[in-house]
Amino acid sequence: MVIASIRKTGRWAIEYLWRLGTYGIFLVTSLFWLFSTPLKLRRVIEQISFIGVKSTLIVLLTGAFTGMVLSLQAFYALNKFGGESLLGPTVALALIRELGPVVSALMVTGRAGSALASEIGIMRITEQIDAMEIMAVNPYRYIIVPNLVAAVISFPVLGAFFSLIGIWGGYLVGVQILGLSAGTYFGEMSNYLDMQDVRMGIYKSLSFGLIVAWICCYKGYFTSYGAKGVGKATTQAVVISSVLILVWDYFVTSVFI
Amino acid sequence: MITLSNIHKSFNGNKVLRGLNLTIPAGQMFALIGRSGIGKSVLLKHIVGLIKPDRGDIVIDGTNINHLRGKQIETMRRKFGFLFQEGALFDSLTVYDNVAFPLREKTTLAESLIKEKVFTELEHMGLKNDAYKYPAELSGGMRKRAALARAMIMQPSIMLFDEPTTGLDPIIGQSILNYIQLCHRRVGFTGIIVTHDVPRVFSIVQKIAMLHEGTIILNGTYDEIMQQHNPIFEQFMSGTLNGPLSYS
Repeated sequence: MVIASIRKTGRWAIEYLWRLGTYGIFLVTSLFWLFSTPLKLRRVIEQISFIGVKSTLIVLLTGAFTGMVLSLQAFYALNKFGGESLLGPTVALALIRELGPVVSALMVTGRAGSALASEIGIMRITEQIDAMEIMAVNPYRYIIVPNLVAAVISFPVLGAFFSLIGIWGGYLVGVQILGLSAGTYFGEMSNYLDMQDVRMGIYKSLSFGLIVAWICCYKGYFTSYGAKGVGKATTQAVVISSVLILVWDYFVTSVFI
Repeated sequence: MITLSNIHKSFNGNKVLRGLNLTIPAGQMFALIGRSGIGKSVLLKHIVGLIKPDRGDIVIDGTNINHLRGKQIETMRRKFGFLFQEGALFDSLTVYDNVAFPLREKTTLAESLIKEKVFTELEHMGLKNDAYKYPAELSGGMRKRAALARAMIMQPSIMLFDEPTTGLDPIIGQSILNYIQLCHRRVGFTGIIVTHDVPRVFSIVQKIAMLHEGTIILNGTYDEIMQQHNPIFEQFMSGTLNGPLSYS
């Protein structure tokens, strides 16, 4: 009985480690093809359009409302001890260091990451990836690498858009609705924000881009067969990417803080 | 020439190929027949190196492909064309871009020359007027022809066809076989057709092999096979339920 359960646990652990290993091998192989062969620029631009440009609207929309609600909440909290003048820096710091990179990454995961996983998954089950291999075209070079590069380029830009529009949303609520002066809102920002905050936001966005593209491409590439397999891969891609974004966010923050 | 020696392959403990031996002479059209799920498509994927055997050797024109790595595999694969059962066309690309894909990726030809080659190939397949349609806009037969055009554009010396007539009506199916025959006459490739469409395929192949329980149980010309009166082959051909092949 005891031996059987130990055996079962051992088998599970080996299986789990093996799976983790395949994630690692997939990333290393992708990075190898990224640095060892010329980039397919046309494909990268197509994927920047898909991951980045087409996500702009949703990122701007969520960014504006995040900034607005943040401003609203912070104003009432700061008002309790007469600290309204810190509204601008509070909104800006929260957005640039934290919410901009994280929420924009989560939004792009939901929109583009899921589409990426299902598109690659469908290519797998309809033998399009096999066809590519038979034509001596490396699928890592043609499919995976352009997505990795596009995500690493797009995420910081989208994170910056999110933060900027969020600061504008905060201004709209704090200044236009709640009556704080524009000078106080923006003037205090420059006293509290420095390049280290911006750098933290950029590093986070860069790493989130890599994480999302890596997980979503992996899940699509190794999808099991049938529509059910693609659906499962897509769901797992979004869930794992989102969890990893939050976990990685904690580690990056704890290093930078 | 393609030589398969003592090929073994299992998936999750299920033995699909059990010491299979087969030789396909260069330039011949060859049909591989057998029941559904017996491993015919798996065998094709072994030949092109998409699946590695657990044991055994696959020798293509004197080179054992089991030992090839990286660039060597790419070089070897340039010899191949593969017509997938469902075509495997890239659905984000038009027919033109699908056919141009291997030329753009694997050659340095100018776009004007690529265009000329693609339209010549599409004309052979009767698809010249459908060049800018997407795969989703094509009928099953047109998709197969577009996939055949893409497979033929690099003038392969070995062509593999995975059930080229499956899912098509008899007339469209016959037209696909005619296109395959025309391509064979034009290019002179070694062709392997995996099929259930037995009587019609016999008209375009020189030899037939039957796969059963992981090995080749029959191999020869149509007349040679017919003379053997093999009960498995006879039941397969007649489609009757009574005989050595069970249907459960």
